[in-house]
Amino acid sequence: MIMRLAIASLFARALTVGMTILAIALSVALFLGVEKVRTGAKASFADTISGTDLIFGARSGSVQLLLYSVFRIGNATNNVTWDSYQDIATRSEVEWIVPISLGDSHRQFRVMGTSQAFFEHYKYRQGRSLEVADGVIIDDLFDTVIGADVAATLGYVVGDPIIVAHGLASFAQHKDQPFRVSGILEKTGTPVDRTVIVSMEAIEAIHVDWQGGAQVQGQATPAGTIRAMELKPKAITAALVGVKSPLQTFRLQRAINEYGQEPLLAILPGVALQELWGIVGIAETALLAVSAMVVVTALIGMMATIFSSLNERRREMAIFRAMGARPATILSMLVLEAMLMAALGALLGLALLYVGLTLAQPILDSAFGLWLPIDPPSLREVWVMLGVIAAGAIVSMVPALRAYRMSLADGMMVKT
Amino acid sequence: MTDGVLNLSDLAYHWPGRSGFSLAVPRLEIAKGESILLLGESGSGKSTLLSLICGTILPDRGSITIAGTDITTLSGGARDRFRAEQIGVIFQQFNLLPFGTVSDNILLPLRFAPKRRKRAGDASAQAMALATALGLPKGVLGTKATSLSVGQQQRVAVARALIGQPPLIILDEPTSALDANSQAAFLDLLFAQTEAHQTSLLMVSHDSRLGKRFDRVIRIEDIAQIERTTL
Repeated sequence: MIMRLAIASLFARALTVGMTILAIALSVALFLGVEKVRTGAKASFADTISGTDLIFGARSGSVQLLLYSVFRIGNATNNVTWDSYQDIATRSEVEWIVPISLGDSHRQFRVMGTSQAFFEHYKYRQGRSLEVADGVIIDDLFDTVIGADVAATLGYVVGDPIIVAHGLASFAQHKDQPFRVSGILEKTGTPVDRTVIVSMEAIEAIHVDWQGGAQVQGQATPAGTIRAMELKPKAITAALVGVKSPLQTFRLQRAINEYGQEPLLAILPGVALQELWGIVGIAETALLAVSAMVVVTALIGMMATIFSSLNERRREMAIFRAMGARPATILSMLVLEAMLMAALGALLGLALLYVGLTLAQPILDSAFGLWLPIDPPSLREVWVMLGVIAAGAIVSMVPALRAYRMSLADGMMVKT
Repeated sequence: MTDGVLNLSDLAYHWPGRSGFSLAVPRLEIAKGESILLLGESGSGKSTLLSLICGTILPDRGSITIAGTDITTLSGGARDRFRAEQIGVIFQQFNLLPFGTVSDNILLPLRFAPKRRKRAGDASAQAMALATALGLPKGVLGTKATSLSVGQQQRVAVARALIGQPPLIILDEPTSALDANSQAAFLDLLFAQTEAHQTSLLMVSHDSRLGKRFDRVIRIEDIAQIERTTL
C-alpha cells in the first residue's frame, strides 16, 4: 500500500517528477554511452591484430611502431634494410614473417606493400583471416587488393585502374605505373578496410624511375621493361612475425633489439596495446569522470526537487503521522520515492542508449571504423544502473532527514 | 485509577526553546463512550494538549493513560504504533492524501496498526459499510480523494477514524470548514457512529454553539494552567 501511495504521489507531481526522471535518464544514457564507446574502441583496437607474436621495425617507440604498422596512424621514422629483414627472417625461431612497406597513398587511403604471406598470416578478431569478397588475391605485379571501405568510398570494382601517389597526400602521382584492382576484401572492421594492398615488388616498381622523392626528368621506363627487371626490395617499414614456439618469443625479441647491423625494435602487440591504453587511459578516465559528474548533477537535481516539495507536503506528512506512521516511515517513503525516480531514470536511460546506438551505429562505423555491437545490457551496465539507484537513495537521505526532523517537530499539527 | 478511556494526571509541558509557553493539566478524564467538547480560543494550548494525548510530544512530567496504557512510558515508535491502534484523528480540513483514492485514505491507519486491522476484519467491506453509513455516494471508494466536496472529505476522514473501532476519537475543529447545515449533518453522522460503537470522543473547537450535543463541555482554562512569558 505504501508503495502504491508513493507511486500515486509521484503521479500527482507528474511534471516535475517527469523532468527529474528525464534528467537522470539523459545522464545515465550519456554515461553508458561513453562506457560503450570506450569498451567498443578498446575492443576494436584489440581485435585489429591477432595471432602475431612480434612486430619489428626501425627503432622508435613501441606505441609508435604499433600505431604505424598495424593502425596506419602516424609514420615510421626510418626503414629496415632488406638485408636485416632477410637476416631475421632466416632465424630458427621464425615460423613465418610478413614484410610491410608503407609510405605511398591512393587518394586518402594508404598503400601497403607486402607479400602473399600477409593474406595467410594476418589475423583479426580472435584469429579470423582475411576473405576476398570479389576477385582474387594479387597475382600480377600491378595487381592491388583493396579494403572494403576503399571500394565503398571510391566506388571501385574489380578490374578498375588505380594510380598510386608517392608519399602521403602528395601531388606527385605515379602516373606512369597504372595498377589494377584485382580483389576486394570482405569488411573486417580493422584498418585493412582502408588500405590498398600491393606486392613488395610493386612498391619497388613504382619507384624505378624515382630518386629522392621526385621523378627523374624524362625517364619513364615502360611497364614491360619493369616486368623484366629483378625487383628486389631495398627496405621495408616493419614486419609481422610468428614464432614456432611461444617460449621463443622473448628470445627473438631480445635478438632483434640487440641486432648489431642497425637499430631495430621488436614489440609484443599485446604489451604495446597495454602501453597505449596507459596513455589513452587518462583521457578515458577524464571522459568517464565527466559523464559520472553529469549523473551526479542529475541526482542533485532530484534532491533539489524533493527538497522543494517538502514544504507543500508538510500536510501530507502530518496526515501520515496522525495515522500512526513513525518519522522513520516518512523518511523511508521519501527514500523509496527517490529510488523509484532513479530506477525509472536508469531504465529510461538504458532505453535511450539503445535508441542512440541503433541510430549511431552505421554512422560511427562508416566515419570512424568503430563498430559498437548492440548487445543485451552487460553485467557492468546493470551494476552502473544499480549504482545510480543506490546513489539516488543516498542523496535523497538529505531531504529525507530534513523531513524526518520536520515530522518529528510538527507531529500531526502543521501550523500553517 | 478508573476504567476511563483517557486519564491525564499532573501533566506539565513546555515547548523546548520556544518563547516560554507552558501548559499544565492537573486532571482530565474521559469515560468510555463519553463525548467531550473542549472549548478554547486559538493559541490556548488546545493543539499542544492534542499532541500530548496523541503521543507526538512527551510531557515533562505526569501521565497520559489511554485504554489502560500510560503512553509516557512508551518509546517514540511505540507511541506512534499505539496512536495508530487506539486513536482516530480528524483535522479541521485537508484530512486526506490528495493523490490517494477514498479507499486508500480510509484504510491508511490500518497499515500502521496490525491489531486494529484484525479488528476491522474484511477491511474493504468495513470501509464500504462506513462510507454508506456516513452517506457518501455509491462507488466513491475508488475515486480520488480530491474529487470530493469538503463536506464529503470530512466524512471520509470520519470513516478513516472509525475503521477498526479505536476506543478514542480526537477531532480538531472538524466543522470549521463547513457551513451551518453541513456542520449539523456532520455531527449527526458522527454521533450515530460513535454511539453505536461506544467510542469516546474528544473534540476541540472555539464554537460553543456545538456544546449541546456533547455529554460534557469543558473550557480549556478550567482544566489547564497556561503560562506565556514573552521573552
